[in-house]
Amino acid sequence: MSLTVTVNGKTYEESGDLAGCSLLTLLRDRFGLVGTKNACEQGECGSCTVWVDDVLVNSCLVPAAQVDRCAVTTVEGLGLSGLAGDDSARLHPVQRAFVAAGAIQCGFCTPGMVVAATDLLRRVAQPSEAVIRRELAGNLCRCTGYQRIVEAVLRAADLMAADSAPGSLPTHTSEGEQA
Amino acid sequence: MTGRVAWGNQVQVIRPRNWDEALAARAAIPNAMPMAGGTEVMLAMKLRHLRPDVLLDLRRIPESTRYESRSGSVCCGPNVSLTTIEERLARQLPGLAMTAAAVGSRQVRNQGTLGGSLAAALTGDLHPMLLAADADIELRSLRGSRWVPARHFYRGPGTTELDADELITAVRVPVATGPQWFCKVGRRQGLVKPLCSLAIVLDAGSADTRADAGRGAGQPPRVRVATGAYGPVPCRAPDAEQLLAEATGHDPGGRPAPLPEPLVREFGRLAAAAAEPVEGGGASAAYRRRALAVLAARGLRLVWDEFLAGGARGAL
Repeated sequence: MSLTVTVNGKTYEESGDLAGCSLLTLLRDRFGLVGTKNACEQGECGSCTVWVDDVLVNSCLVPAAQVDRCAVTTVEGLGLSGLAGDDSARLHPVQRAFVAAGAIQCGFCTPGMVVAATDLLRRVAQPSEAVIRRELAGNLCRCTGYQRIVEAVLRAADLMAADSAPGSLPTHTSEGEQA
Repeated sequence: MTGRVAWGNQVQVIRPRNWDEALAARAAIPNAMPMAGGTEVMLAMKLRHLRPDVLLDLRRIPESTRYESRSGSVCCGPNVSLTTIEERLARQLPGLAMTAAAVGSRQVRNQGTLGGSLAAALTGDLHPMLLAADADIELRSLRGSRWVPARHFYRGPGTTELDADELITAVRVPVATGPQWFCKVGRRQGLVKPLCSLAIVLDAGSADTRADAGRGAGQPPRVRVATGAYGPVPCRAPDAEQLLAEATGHDPGGRPAPLPEPLVREFGRLAAAAAEPVEGGGASAAYRRRALAVLAARGLRLVWDEFLAGGARGAL
């Protein structure tokens, strides 16, 4: 079979024995986008979290065949590309907040956490701690004990509110995002 | 289909564009695996429980994700996602929305579907709520279509009424006429089997249904209760329901009163006695029996108090 899929704005065409293959395998092994992680491959840990057509999913459970003609966004699609300046200016506010809050230890859960947190903040501008914990229930972390991750999301909410104030720059340029 | 050694090689995907094509494929290729969100099928393939040669991807069928209200029910296509139920149907189907919200994670709720949940493990959260809500399930094949009430859908461990050539094409759930509640006990919010789950629905009836049943205003409500991940199959608890109906049916036209605590506890005990709880898998049968009795009693208190407080509907 063959499929055409757009990932972070770039179109890929892939063919071969793809029917039993997951989107996660496609992203990592075929397209070389290794930001999305594989830990449990059973939909329990959330380290493989991505968006398919702006819907948050576990890519390990998405059959490759189902993303034909879809738009996928991964953690690599969150930052700003092509901007001059140091790395911190290229990070999405959620990524900046994770760094600033010390919410990253080994970093393995971080891409999935960042994507899930960004999804939450698009839907709920100022979530409470209880809402954050509930909405991130699908993302496991073995290092941090979650407290700093929650603080990072609270911090990111404030950053995004400030960024979207009138007169501020758009926070990212990828398709489908809201400033 | 010979000479295939490793799974994942040369798996075919059929992607019907409408129900007729889907049913024809289902009849022509009996071992084609129907798939919607993919969460169950992909997991089973990963765990090597399934090695399908053919996947029947149902997501291209437009009407499969639609839902509409008609005649006091909401009729959903099978591919309505759990997130859609949680966020869009909370007002009309508060119990089912509460149950969908209790599933796993945001990611799984986005991918998981109503039909997929029905066709998946019978320990899933939605089954007891569909039973308590008195839902009906439409099964279609090339031979025709039929509506099966939820209480007849679960035939035995791992077995439902769905025939090999049938697909679930709709689920019809009555709009809430009273408070509804779902709860489960387990080690984690989701993504693992719960130790037991319970759904309870208080049906205060609409003016029309009360008139049909010969019940005037002021008739006591009916309560339906169902258990999940408890006995061999998800099931209602008719003895518990009957106990409550008899205890509260004696004063037509009178105001409903708070339930005596011994009655509530007996309701819980009868709910837990409705099936033989499974032993093992994280808890003993005795623990499950006790937990279920507590959940049933708690649920009854919650929905009854809400009803007394004048809450016409809503999840708790």
